Amino acid sequence: MISEGKKRIWNEYQKEIADDHYFYVRSCVRQNFFPGSEKTFLKIMQHELGKDVYENPSHTTCTGIGYHSDIVPFETAMTVIARQFALMTEAGYENLVTSCITSFGLYSEVLETWHHFPELLQKIRMHLKNATGREFNIPKNLAHASDLIYKFRNNIAAKSTNRLINKQTGKPLKAVEHIGCHYSKMFPSKGVGGAEYPYVLIGMIEEWGGEVIDYPERRHCCGFGFRQYLVMANRGYSIACSRKKFESMEPYKPDLILTNCPGCPMFFDRWQYAISEMEGKTYGENDHGIPVLTYEELSGLILGYDPWDLGLQVHQVAVEPLLDKIGVQYNPLEKYQGIDHKDLGKPNMPSILKFY
Amino acid sequence: MGQLYDKLKQDVRFVEGLKACINCGTCTAICPAAEFYNYQPRLITDILQTKDEDKIEKLLKSDTIWYCGECMSCVTRCPRGNAPGLLITALRSLSQELGYFVESEKGRQQLAIKRTVGKWILEYGYCLFPPEIIPENHPEQGPVWEWELKNIEDVMARLGANYKQTGAGILRKIPDEALDELKRIFDETGGTERFRKIEEYSKAKAGEMGISFGEGLDNDYIKHIYTTNSNLHTKNDDI
Repeated sequence: MISEGKKRIWNEYQKEIADDHYFYVRSCVRQNFFPGSEKTFLKIMQHELGKDVYENPSHTTCTGIGYHSDIVPFETAMTVIARQFALMTEAGYENLVTSCITSFGLYSEVLETWHHFPELLQKIRMHLKNATGREFNIPKNLAHASDLIYKFRNNIAAKSTNRLINKQTGKPLKAVEHIGCHYSKMFPSKGVGGAEYPYVLIGMIEEWGGEVIDYPERRHCCGFGFRQYLVMANRGYSIACSRKKFESMEPYKPDLILTNCPGCPMFFDRWQYAISEMEGKTYGENDHGIPVLTYEELSGLILGYDPWDLGLQVHQVAVEPLLDKIGVQYNPLEKYQGIDHKDLGKPNMPSILKFY
Repeated sequence: MGQLYDKLKQDVRFVEGLKACINCGTCTAICPAAEFYNYQPRLITDILQTKDEDKIEKLLKSDTIWYCGECMSCVTRCPRGNAPGLLITALRSLSQELGYFVESEKGRQQLAIKRTVGKWILEYGYCLFPPEIIPENHPEQGPVWEWELKNIEDVMARLGANYKQTGAGILRKIPDEALDELKRIFDETGGTERFRKIEEYSKAKAGEMGISFGEGLDNDYIKHIYTTNSNLHTKNDDI
């Protein structure tokens, strides 16, 4: 009986994730800071898993960062999103996958709003028609890109060449996971595991051999806070949030931080650098930081992709300590090279943080 | 009922966000902004429930409504289904519509966001774009970003982007027709009007403050609002 009850409760935390044929919308932050991650996501979906993922070059930002910094009105954001739905409809797709958590949260907010206020849906249809002549269907299935990697984590494991195991000790590597506030805090039913048991990243870590660390500030925000980072005068808020998390996770000696949202890894990566410059403090071993990975980058490492193809060279916190623990083969001399081994020089060294 | 409260009620986010607050303070306990600033989301719902016009006007002109990071952690935890984070979005919209945002240090920053993220959305079709994230404004981005910017075409090519090129892909050039549609959506739905109001009220405020105002980012008013921090926000008893 107890087991049945648990199954019933757990069912409430599941979400339906379409099996194939996705209309793909990109992330502003991921494209700017982690371009290799989007490249890797499509490579895994299309080439490793044989899935149909379509991108229309005419899709744009959803305006999410502008919306959540309050310069973009809600009706404007809704109509821009309606235009993405129109492009999806015109291309014959019904499942939409976003590369961004801010987008995913905003798409969810828009769909929920239309559900509760159908008159507003009609108004937005009229706005879109007036502005662009386009019409749209509402997607049957909305997923975040990590939902798909989660769904196919077993298939990825079956093709893996690396595991989240310390090659020297044979022990599981310890991972901190950070799912990003807008994944399921607003609409728990839209995320795998909801807001109480967000399982999307845990599922990947456990399937690929790692161990998940529970720590006090696990669900605290990374500190983006939109306007709290965008305006220089406000950034104390942003760095303070990240620092609170680093201090809380440090005693557990994590081997990596795994992230869901495009923004969070950028903040965890850059704020570790900034804290090292400001306070001389580093959170990893031997003056290194704690490597921060996107789930696409981790998937790529598990599949044996070259770390410099994944874009790990554009991280400010060096990833080599993690690569060495996993036993990933890489050529340090190629880290900062362009195509055809073009010499691009090297970034300057930070004052404290060990870098390369 | 008062005029400001009625205006707020026209915003669906206000309707969704304010049910019946029991003043338990759970939202404040979970709030990252409350930990950093002198800020309590509980007080926001409390004030709004009074429907007191003077208090609401004071709120709309305060720094207080600009402290929230819109992480929406409060939404998960409220035992009565309120969403202080959503109420903040409605308050900020009204504050900008009425021009009240220029009455606070934090509110005045909206012009800096409009002239960066707002401009980039319409110009590039992205909320941000590499050449705009300059180290001078983003020292936290560190030496790796400086290296990346210096070699941006090569780094983007190495990582498989379609940087500034036509067709699909990472950081592609979004077609002009798509950007035209984006602009028409802004015109149709109030986005352009909001941008105009942010500019207009900011210009008037700059005059009142005696700070020189100009286009773009290279002028005294923008520099002032982008960098000024009175350092009173963790102590300020504004509301």
